[in-house]
Parts: sequence; C-alpha cells; structure tokens
Amino acid sequence: MDKIIFGRFMPGDTYVHKMDPRAKLIFTFLFIFIVFLANNWLTYSILIGLTLFVMLLSRIKPIYLINGLKPVIFLLIFTFFLHLFFTKEGDLLFEWGILQIYEGGLRQGIYISIRFAVLVIMTSFLTLTTSPIAITDGIEILLNPLKKIKVPVHELALMMSISLRFIPTLMDETDKIMKAQMARGSDLTTGPIKERIKAVVPLLVPLFVSAFKRAEDLATAMEVRGYRGGEGRTRYRQLAWRTRDTMAILFLLLVAGVLVYYRGM
Amino acid sequence: MDIKLQQVGFSYAAGTPFEKRALYEVDFKIPTGTYQAIIGHTGSGKSTVLQHFNALLKPTVGEVAIGEFNIKASEKKPKNIKEMRQHVGIVFQFPEHQLFEETVLKDIMFGPINFGVGEDEAKRRAEQLIEQVGLPTSILNKSPFDLSGGQMRRVAIAGVLAMKPDVIVLDEPTAGLDPKGQKEMMDMFYRLHKEEGLTTILVTHSMEDAARYADDIIIMHDGTNVLQGEPRQIFADHLALKKYRLEPPRIVRFQEKVEQLLGKALPKVCLTEEELAQTIADVLKERAGIDG
Repeated sequence: MDKIIFGRFMPGDTYVHKMDPRAKLIFTFLFIFIVFLANNWLTYSILIGLTLFVMLLSRIKPIYLINGLKPVIFLLIFTFFLHLFFTKEGDLLFEWGILQIYEGGLRQGIYISIRFAVLVIMTSFLTLTTSPIAITDGIEILLNPLKKIKVPVHELALMMSISLRFIPTLMDETDKIMKAQMARGSDLTTGPIKERIKAVVPLLVPLFVSAFKRAEDLATAMEVRGYRGGEGRTRYRQLAWRTRDTMAILFLLLVAGVLVYYRGM
Repeated sequence: MDIKLQQVGFSYAAGTPFEKRALYEVDFKIPTGTYQAIIGHTGSGKSTVLQHFNALLKPTVGEVAIGEFNIKASEKKPKNIKEMRQHVGIVFQFPEHQLFEETVLKDIMFGPINFGVGEDEAKRRAEQLIEQVGLPTSILNKSPFDLSGGQMRRVAIAGVLAMKPDVIVLDEPTAGLDPKGQKEMMDMFYRLHKEEGLTTILVTHSMEDAARYADDIIIMHDGTNVLQGEPRQIFADHLALKKYRLEPPRIVRFQEKVEQLLGKALPKVCLTEEELAQTIADVLKERAGIDG
C-alpha cells in the first residue's frame, strides 16, 4: 500500500506548487480537452514537451511519475495492442496468420498511448503539487455558481475533504487490523481463493466498526464546536489569484492555439 | 524459545522514494522465560521491533531468530511463518479493535482454529481462558460489540492466549484503562507469565510497569537498542535515562527524596512501593537500634 503514488501530495516551493489551486484545476481541466487536439507527430511532441516542461518547473522527480503510471500500465498496454491489431489503415507492415499489423494501427496505438500517459501524468501533477485541502477549497469555489441551482456545493466539498482526510487513517487502521489477524493465524496472502475471501471478513468487520465509530465521533466533535454548514462561514485559508496563475492559463491557451495551427498538417 | 535479533535494520517502503529507516543495527537476545520490558521514547522504534517477533515485518538487513525459526533479510519468502506465528502471540495496542465474530466464543476460537486446533479443543480453551482473564463464562455467547471497552480488551487478550503461544508480546496493554483496570491487567499478565511459563515481552513507556514486573529492560532510542540490564541497574543510571529522554519511575524519584531527608543512601534501588517501605523501615529500625 505504501507504493501507491497517484494522488499523493509532495510538498515543495516551486512555480507550480505556488499556483492557486483554482488555476491548477482549470489548467488540468483545459488540458484534458487540449490533449484531443493533437493528431500528428508534431502536435503530440508538443504535448510531451509541455508535460516535460511542467515536470521541470515543478521539480517532481521522474521516478514519481513512472510510479504514478504503474497502476494504469496494464490499461495503457491493452489500448496500445487494441489499436495495433484492430486499426486497419495505411500500409500493411506485418502479417502472421490472421494477425495483421498496419502502419495506421501502429501509429494510432502510439498516439493513444501517449495521449493516455500524458493525461495521467498531468493529473498526477495536480495532486502531487497541491495539498488535498487546497484542491477541495479550489473545487468548492469553482463550483460556487452551482449553488444558484441548489447544488449543495459546500456539503459536497466537506464530504470530499473529510474522505481525503481519512484515507491515511483508514489505511493505517487496515494495516493494523490485518497484522493483528495475521498474528492470530489468518492468512490473506496465500492459500486457495475461497479461503482468502473468507479471510477478508475478519478484516472488514473491525474496519467498518471503527469507521462508523470515527464518523460518529467526528460528527459530535463538529457539532459541539458549533458547525452549522457553509452559511456565512469565513475561510482560514484564503485563495489568491496571482499573475503567475493568469500566465499559466494564457500559456496553455497559447499552446492550444499552436496545436490548432499545426494539427492536420 | 530464545529470541535473538542480529544486526537487524528495517526501512518502511523500502525501495520507493518514500523509504524511511526505522531500525538500525538492533542486536539483542531474550532468553526463554524472561519477562522482558522494552522501553523508549515515542518514535524510538519499539513498535517496529515488536512486529519482527512475529514476522509481520521482515528485516531489510540482518536476521531474527525465534527459537529454531529464522527470518533472514536475504530470504525472499521465509518458510514456516505460520508455524512460527503460532508460538508468538501479540497483543497489539487497543486489541479490542480486532474483534469481529458474532459471539465472544467464536472470536476466541478464531486463532486456535486457524492454527489447526479442533473445534472441541478450541472451545475448551475459550471456556478456560475467559475465566483466566477475569470474565464470567456467561459472556461467551454475547456479541463482543455489546461489551464494555475493558471487557472487550480482555476478550481480545483471551483470543491471543487461546493460541497457546510460548512467547507473548504486549504492546502498551493498559493504554486507555483506568488505574484500577491497569493494575488488574498487568497483574493478570504477570500471573500468566508465572503460571504458564511464558516468555513475556512488554513494550511500554510506563517506567512503573517496567520497574515492577520486568526481569530485564531494553532501552530503545532513535531506532536502535542502546541499553540493556536489570531494572535496578537501569533505573539507577539517571544520566543515561536523561540522555534517552526517559524519566525514572515515580518510586525511584520518591526514594531520592527520602534519601535526601535521611541524609544517606538506601542500600538498594527499590522498584515497588512495598519494597521501598520495607527498606525504609529497616533503615529506620537499624538507626533506632544504634541510637538506642
């Protein structure tokens, strides 16, 4: 469990770290669309260049990104082969029985893999350089207009920050209970699958019991401190939109313009 | 079952960017039948060491020997781990969190049945143990979640003891109990230690418990063992204790005050109230004898 990098926050003091979470959210959101503008070698190279540029700027070590890709690597390879075998465009490159590989298929496979990897890496930058609390604050403020149509934005943001807050706690708890049951001879890692599924019960029951207890305690603690929802609530952490945030968004729009210009060429 | 740690080092998340060294060159031996206390400041590595006694953690360097079982850092997948775990019972901090069965009886039987003990034998053990931990047998058919916190803890402890381990490891077993409950709990473990001939390892930051019950004390500091010795010897060494950010037990501090008042040192470092009272009485009697 220690090896999951995706979604972790690496504190730092770089341009990217200092950006307003709202700017980063908008940046990432726009980027998701911009990725789809690329459709040839040049434009894909620009996307990779942009990703590398953000990486250098945020001083996140490549090893974190490679680790971040690990959970989706299977999906990545799967899509690559799907395109490789089933896109029948361009020249025939290779034939072996019913297996035919076309130039277009290879190209598409590589494109889609790059697109996928770049997307995952960019979103990793968001979570790697922004604390979960800041992300939640950013989301809440960005979604604020939805309050007009009675979307409980504050409550949703609160739910999100509470769940984020308790992920590490629950992980620790799982680890602890797992060890306690392993010490009592329960075996989660070996043996036939039926036995292993049975071994999950001694883990899940205590975990649920403590999660409910924790939720109740938290609710009480919030209530005794006078929490009444978002109405008229001021903020301890003020978000400040600075020049660097506008610059980042403008830069991304510039890249988008370049992509539009060069696509299809 | 002698327990021997040889040059043990351990890192959490080894081989990832989040790697964190927790233990360095831990090297000690706990002979069979000892009541061993392991004390240390928060973050000294006590809890990490404890998990090595049961192969819940595998050392990143060095070797752990539990009786004839060996866990080496060089071996990818050590054999006989399950067999070994049967010999070492661990009572974790807040053990009541591990309860999950519908009834107390089933929960106590969980451990033994995992280790291949028959239903009848497991049931017999449960009935016997529930009394040993100081609960009425009528509790066996209740749901563990209907019990009080203290009762739940006793049930969980019975569940560990039901495996009939040779070594029992206690991690802060009295945390969160009231003073009376704490004393009862510690006395219970001491009685079991004597009656069943267990090797008991008590991981604690209560100097009082270490002084009262332990035969031998190991001090952990910054991820390694720095001092080992008998309680009297350890608690007499104030400089060392201070260096490792530990305070001598209340009774030892009290003895110092008494010594200041008497204007002379008592013949030995006392570890319990009873012992100190006796020693002071002896000294006063002697003095009265000389004067009179």
